[in-house]
Parts: sequence; C-alpha cells; structure tokens
Amino acid sequence: MALKTQHKRPDIIIENGIQYTSKVMLDLNDLKKVYPTPNGDYVVLENLNLQIMKEEFVTIIGHSGCGKTTMLSMIAGLNPISGGSISVLSNPIKGPGPDRGVIFQSPSLMPWLTTLENVMLGVRQVFPHAKKKEREDICKYYLSKVGLDGSFHKKASELSQGMQQRVGIARAFAIKPKVLLLDEPFGMLDSLTRGELQDVLIEIWNKEKITAVMITHDVDEAIFLADRVVMMTSGPSAKIGDILDIDFQRPRSRKSIIEHDDYYKYRKHLIDFLEH
Amino acid sequence: MSDKLIKIVRFIGLGFLEPVIRLSRGEETKKNLTEILKKIVAPLASILLFILLWQGGATALYNTEAEYRIEKAFNEQGQEGADKMAACIASGDVSCQPNTLPSPSQVKASFYSLLEDHKIISADKKAFKEKTATLNKQRKAAGEKPITYTGRPSFVDQIITSIKTVFAGFLLAIFIAVPIGVVIGLSDTLRSSINWLIQIFKPVSPVVWLLLVFMIVKTLTKDSESDTSFIISFISVGLCSMWATLVNTVMGVSTVDKDILNVAKVLKLGPIQKVFKVILPSSLPLIFTGLRITLSVAWMVLIAIELLAQSPGLGSFVWEEFQNGANDSNSKIIVAMFVIGIIGFLLDRIMLTIQKFVSFNKD
Repeated sequence: MALKTQHKRPDIIIENGIQYTSKVMLDLNDLKKVYPTPNGDYVVLENLNLQIMKEEFVTIIGHSGCGKTTMLSMIAGLNPISGGSISVLSNPIKGPGPDRGVIFQSPSLMPWLTTLENVMLGVRQVFPHAKKKEREDICKYYLSKVGLDGSFHKKASELSQGMQQRVGIARAFAIKPKVLLLDEPFGMLDSLTRGELQDVLIEIWNKEKITAVMITHDVDEAIFLADRVVMMTSGPSAKIGDILDIDFQRPRSRKSIIEHDDYYKYRKHLIDFLEH
Repeated sequence: MSDKLIKIVRFIGLGFLEPVIRLSRGEETKKNLTEILKKIVAPLASILLFILLWQGGATALYNTEAEYRIEKAFNEQGQEGADKMAACIASGDVSCQPNTLPSPSQVKASFYSLLEDHKIISADKKAFKEKTATLNKQRKAAGEKPITYTGRPSFVDQIITSIKTVFAGFLLAIFIAVPIGVVIGLSDTLRSSINWLIQIFKPVSPVVWLLLVFMIVKTLTKDSESDTSFIISFISVGLCSMWATLVNTVMGVSTVDKDILNVAKVLKLGPIQKVFKVILPSSLPLIFTGLRITLSVAWMVLIAIELLAQSPGLGSFVWEEFQNGANDSNSKIIVAMFVIGIIGFLLDRIMLTIQKFVSFNKD
C-alpha cells in the first residue's frame, strides 16, 4: 500500500546538547480560534496541530466554511490567534510580515498602479537598501517568470483576471518570503486559465523551493501540486482529519500523473474523506 | 488623426460633436445623420422652443402690466390720463415702461450693453493707469501706497471677482475637508466621536455660516484696514461647501477594499506609505465626486453670500440691479442669471474632466 496516512513528525536533530527541530518551517501548535457570538462562543478551530517542513508544498482541502481560510489568515497574521501558537522557524509570529507572502483569492492588485509598480510596492519594503535598478530587476525577473514580459507598464485594471493573478504570484515571490500562503488563488478562474496558472506556479516554485501552504477546493489541483494533502474536518472545532502523502516525482507533468496508477488511489482517498 | 480628435472631444465632454466629425469623413452616412438629429438638432430645437415660450410669456406679462397701468391711470385721472398712459407706453418712453419679465431680445440688448460698458470701463482704467504710472512710481519710492482705480467695476470684473472668490473658497474647502476626512476615515473612534458635529453642521444654511464667519473675522481683523468682505465671503463659501467633500472622503477612506488593505498589511507598509500609496488613490473617485458637489454648492451659495455680505461679485451685481430699478435692470438680472448658470455648468465640466484624468477606473 503506497498510501501513508500517519502524520509526518519533524526530524529532531540534537547538536551540542541543543535540540533543534530544524527541518520544520511552519509549526501550528494546539491552534484555536474562537469567534464570540451573541449565543456564546463559536469555536472554529480547536486542537489543530500541523508541522510543515522546509521546501514542502502542502495543500489543504476541506468543506466550505470549515475554517481553512481562517487558519491561513491566522498564519498570515491577519487574524488574531485565540489559543495555541504559530511559529516560523521556531519564532512565534507577531502580526503580518513579509516572511509570509500571501496570494489571495482575488488578485487584490492596486488598480491605479502598473504591474511593475504593484510588484515594486512590496520589494521596496523588503529590500530598502537596494538600488532602484536592482529592485526593478527583481520585479522584472518575476514578472517575466509568470509570463508578463510585455506588460510591465500596463495598468493592473487593464489586465484580465488571470493576468492579474499572475501579477499576484510575481508579487508574492518577489519579496522572497520564507512561507508562501495561497488562499484558493485559482478559484475564480476558468479551468483552462487555472491549468496554465498551476503550471506557472509550480514552475517558479520548483526553482525557488519556498515552503508553500495552499487552500483549494479542487481535488486534482491538490494532488498535482502537493507533497502532502492535509484534509480538515468540518467545523465547528475543525482540526486536521487526515494527511495524505503524494509520492510523485518532481518535476511533474499533468499527463504522466493522470496516467500513474497511484493517482486514482489518491483521488479516491480524498473523495472518500470529503464525502464521509 | 480624427480618431484622436474624437477621443479628445469625448474626453472634454463634447461627445455630441462626434457624428459631425465622422460624417465629414464620410463614415456611415445614414447612422451619423440620425445621430446628428438626436444629439444636435433635437437639443437646438428645444432651445428654440424655450425662447419661444419665454417670448410668449414675456409678452403676456407685459400686456397684463400695461393694462393694469392704463386702468390705474383711468381710475386716478379719468379717460384723458388713460389715453396719455397708453400713448406713453406705446412710444416706448422709459418713464412709463411696464416693469416685468424682460423679453429675450431685451436681454440680448442688455448683454451687449454690459459688454459695451465693460469696454468703456476698461479703457477708462487703462487711461487711469497710464496717467498715474509715474506718480505711483514716485509714491512707491517715497514708501507711500500707490493710487488705485476706485471706479465702478464692470460686469466682467464682477464675474472675475466671483470666480476668484469661489476658487478661494473651494481651495479652503479642499484643505480643510480632505485631510480631516482622511484622518476621520482611518479611525473608527474618531469617526464616531466627531460624527455628531458633521451631522449637525452639514445642514446649516449659508446665511448662518456667513453671520458666524462675520462675527469671527470682524473681531480678528479689527486693527486691519483692508477690505474684509472678500475674506468673509470666501471663508463662508468654503465652510458651506466643504461638507460634501468631507463626508465623501470619510466614506472613501473607510471603505477601501479589504483585500487591498490586507495586502498593505502583509507587505508591512508604513503609515505614510499606506495613506499615500493605498488609501488615497483608492478613495480618489469618491473624493472627486465630493469635490464636484462641493464646487457646484460653492458656486450656488456664493451668489447668495455676495448678495448678503455686500462683497463685490455677481451676487451683489444682481442685488444692486434689483435695487436700482432702472429700465434695463430686469434684463441685466436675467443676463446675470444665464452667466451664473453657464459658469456653474462649465465648472462642473472642468471637474468632471479632471476626475476622468486622475481616476483609475476610466470607463
């Protein structure tokens, strides 16, 4: 049986008597989120434990409203934590920061800026001492990586939804985050554009190997992109229900994955979980 | 080339000229002819209809007034007096003209006479300037105040004064309303604590603002000899008209797209960068809508305020003509009315064009 369902524990390294969990990039420990309502507290997440390794691509799948987005925005620091902790490289997070790049569901570009200026906005924050030319080169590099060579000086409002999300991807990678958080970034796109953008994303990611956490509703997308697929139980008090390791070799091609024997096992596993 | 021309014409709000340009190039004759009919001929016809109605109304009022005068003369002086009055009215003598709504041709005549008057006065001014040039130089050298022209201002001078006042008031409104609006919009606490003030002062009438400003400015400028009427009227105009901008700025700033704000948070933009790079540009369309309302309100209240504050300008021109009661006063008032309307319309068009220019959603 190729399917492994146990949680992958961090490799613990002991060096000079100090214990490191060095391969863990992102550590969610007993995470809890409570929203107060007039009828008492509503517990969205409870006892949520998840370790994500360096250079790992994790997709999170679960029913609508189970708290996936809440979890992701807590990792991003946009939503306060009610209990437990989130740490990046063993440092607990305090609010949002450029070490965690976010690609939102809607591209959220500043429509009055050009594509280049949109990407520059973050790069200027992260590399304040670099020369303007250097910063521009970084931005142009990522924009050309996402296939926007000719559109540096187009206003963001003139671009199609798919193009805008490409800029969103470039913006997130250009600030060189430690962790990349993706909140259903392709959810609003048609399936053709979605496939194109998955390829763009995975191609950049293969080069940069940034730890990535991505929420998706699409089972095929989850399998195609991920090293591990994390399944969340339905709320309230959602937690990690199951974790599925995807053992396809990288770089992957859609065609070879679909033809692979394990693909349908993985798919069945995920769908069984979701329909449970 | 003409495509560019069409773009420009559309941009400055003269889109109705588009079919004429297209027709002159021989494009789609039939479609463009109907467009011309719709966009140019029909409005012209409505203007013609308006003038005809006006002419008819003015004649009817003139006749009523004339009959009333003759009847009054008959009651007071008998048949002889009535005949005399009728003859006097028919002769067009100034002394016995019925005082009522002037006809379009009278208004047109008054318009030309006002322009003529302006020419005379500006020639007079020029002559005065030349005459006093050397004397003023000497006085300046001696540290004395130069002699200035103190004659009556012409109609065009009044228009220019009014436009200056409205711009001073408008700038004041921008400088007060936009920064305060941004600050209030950014903070929920401030918004709820200052809201009562905005809600109470917003509906206050221009007249009351004028009196309030008068109370304050009078005390503050007690020692100065300069004319305070300009200061009073422009401050009142600013205070009356700034509310639309204030409310719209608060609204624009407090409703910036949440996703965009999240981006700013994730990128850790500083407060200044956040305001200038994210919040202001994204609320610019709403701020500009406010500014347009502010400018049109400013122009509207300006006339009333000038009328009350005795400060020079179109408002006092209208009031003086009304008090004057000369034969052509009524038609001069109507001329002023049209000038006020047309300038107000042009101001709005200018604002609209600027708004299109700076706004990010150009459609």
